[in-house]
Amino acid sequence: MNIHNIAGHLNDLGDRSQTGLQFDCYPIDGEIDVLQVNIVNREELPIFVSVTDNQILCISYLWGEDEVKPDTRLSMLETMLELNIPMPLSSFAKVDDKYVVYGALSVQSSMLEVEQELSVLSDNCLEVIDELVDYLK
Amino acid sequence: MGILNKILTAFRGGASEVGQSIVDANSTRIFEQEIRDAEKHLTKAKRDLTEVMAKEMQASREVDRLKRSVAEHEGYVAQALEKENESLALEIAEKIALLEQELADQQSANESFTAHATRLKELVRKTERQLTDYQRQLTMVKTTESVQKATATITDSFAGSNSKLLNAKDSLERIKARQQTFDDRLQAAETLAEDNNDKALADKLAEAGIGEQKSNANAVLDRIKARKG
Repeated sequence: MNIHNIAGHLNDLGDRSQTGLQFDCYPIDGEIDVLQVNIVNREELPIFVSVTDNQILCISYLWGEDEVKPDTRLSMLETMLELNIPMPLSSFAKVDDKYVVYGALSVQSSMLEVEQELSVLSDNCLEVIDELVDYLK
Repeated sequence: MGILNKILTAFRGGASEVGQSIVDANSTRIFEQEIRDAEKHLTKAKRDLTEVMAKEMQASREVDRLKRSVAEHEGYVAQALEKENESLALEIAEKIALLEQELADQQSANESFTAHATRLKELVRKTERQLTDYQRQLTMVKTTESVQKATATITDSFAGSNSKLLNAKDSLERIKARQQTFDDRLQAAETLAEDNNDKALADKLAEAGIGEQKSNANAVLDRIKARKG
């Protein structure tokens, strides 16, 4: 399992995807391979996929610390903790100064599982922003 | 210091700047070395354990053999005494004394092997537990590194191109607006389809001469003539 066969699979899917979403993938060059997965009509919120020794990490950026209203920050953090379990497959996290939702899969996962993970992550990301938008400037 | 603590300390110390590694490569190498050492310890402890357990079994067999031999010779002493052969009885008794000494030695060896085996089993268990823990910690270090490098890659990619990650509100609004446009188009297409259906029915009715009839020139002329007359 590496980002190139994930990219190949998703790009070949076209509109035959099980999830009803269309994927458009671009590998990003860097110290480690990262796949940028764009979802048609949701290009503003791409998902970044990287594969390590034992897991596939899918990360979608929510917002930066600078977008958070400082006076409701604590309440936002509590809401995120409370939503963490109900939110299917994804969890909240923070990378540097950015809040993210992410999902981790075993490297033994099937392509269908990867596809479902990406689809659920994208839905979660949109829904989270929609629900928590009042905490943002 | 636990690995979680190290990672957090590094984060808070501002080591999360792009290009600066949170957990330096050196500590990853140290972890990997510790895992290899623990694996070596485990292999050695397991080999030692096998050896000690074999010796324990051997000693235990020897103890049984000596016990049987003592019993056997005690029988001989009884028989010699029955035959009133005192000197033979004494000679056998001396042999029994030697056997009993050997038995005592074997028993003590056996106990020591058992104790050693127990200690080694405990060591194997502890080493295995430690190995699992090291592997878990290494996974955490490697994942942290990997996420950090991935983040640097993503950041560089956006810095290099003209595109940028929009803020969350704008992204959501654009996606929603696009969805709205799509929904509106769908709605428009549906309305159009309905209109077409209505028109098709009206045409059929007109053809069949049912309902409101279209006026034509002859009808208009007839109407005007009638008014005049």
